[in-house]
Amino acid sequence: MSESIALNRPDGTPVFLDLEGRHHPENGTLLGFWIYLLSDLMIFACLFATYGVLGRSYAAGPSGADLFELPLIAVNTAVLLVSSITYGFAMIAMQGRRVRGVIGWLLATGLLGVAFLAIEIYEFAHLIHLGAGPQRSAFLSAFFALVGTHGLHVLFGVIWLVVLCVQVRKHGLTRANMRRIACLSMFWHFLDVVWIGVFTFVYLMGTLP
Amino acid sequence: MNNAPVNSSAMDGLHAHDADHAHHDDGIPHVSLREYVNGFVLSVVLTAIPFALVMTGSFPDSRVAAVVLLLFAAVQVVVHMVYFLHMNTKSEGGWNLLALVFTAVLVVIVLAGSLWVMHHLNSNMMPGEHDMQEMIKAAQ
Repeated sequence: MSESIALNRPDGTPVFLDLEGRHHPENGTLLGFWIYLLSDLMIFACLFATYGVLGRSYAAGPSGADLFELPLIAVNTAVLLVSSITYGFAMIAMQGRRVRGVIGWLLATGLLGVAFLAIEIYEFAHLIHLGAGPQRSAFLSAFFALVGTHGLHVLFGVIWLVVLCVQVRKHGLTRANMRRIACLSMFWHFLDVVWIGVFTFVYLMGTLP
Repeated sequence: MNNAPVNSSAMDGLHAHDADHAHHDDGIPHVSLREYVNGFVLSVVLTAIPFALVMTGSFPDSRVAAVVLLLFAAVQVVVHMVYFLHMNTKSEGGWNLLALVFTAVLVVIVLAGSLWVMHHLNSNMMPGEHDMQEMIKAAQ
């Protein structure tokens, strides 16, 4: 229960004091970044809705069951999941103020991100080679828009990661750098959350008969 | 004044919290290895099961399959939120969670609304099988 006592100003207006000493951060960057991520989530929600509406409009072209290679997607999912925990290790290293540990784990995460992108680009190239590009059907347009937007986010995450490594190397674990690492942590885990939606809704449900 | 002791205990609480973080605090969550490992193991299990179910073709019915898959995804999203994004009712004084709940409501409206409206649009605008046969008959 919140405990508060009321005081009055000379003009009679009440002043409420919060006596629980609840903790408020001095800086609102992380909350602001979280709100950005939620607005990004709305973009993905619209793309998911588009896919949900158009996902069965094959225009007599190939369906998900014809195209998707689940073993490849399983590998991709595993790569992204492992990159989540390597980023966790970077956060733990940051908490212990170990600069080398932070940079090492960030680079490991970045490499996994690049591996994810490589597999996705291979998949896209393969689909386009088969004649199943985004222009083939509404299903494929929605598919490329959704999965491609996620891939673009991962790409920007990797770029951010590299820039952050350079900054940590140059300036050490300053207050600003730690805040940035925490923001990128949210970004990275957020992408993994979106990927859960992608592999479930697009790939697994798409291959069901 | 009788509010002096209350004030000092509030200050003590604040102090203990600051000592935890040692430095200036920007709201960066306190993390632990245990938390990440737990989250990771749970995620692996929650990912492996739906992939295994679909890849071995164990589902007799697609409709049931879709519901089961979505349930697994929903649970895994919660696991990620709690263990990786450190979501709880206290972070940022509850504003994190409040913003998330608000967005979740919007996401549900966008998804369910789009599917619902477009489904009805499709079923009302497109000739069904029966209409098609009628049309063929009329053309003959």
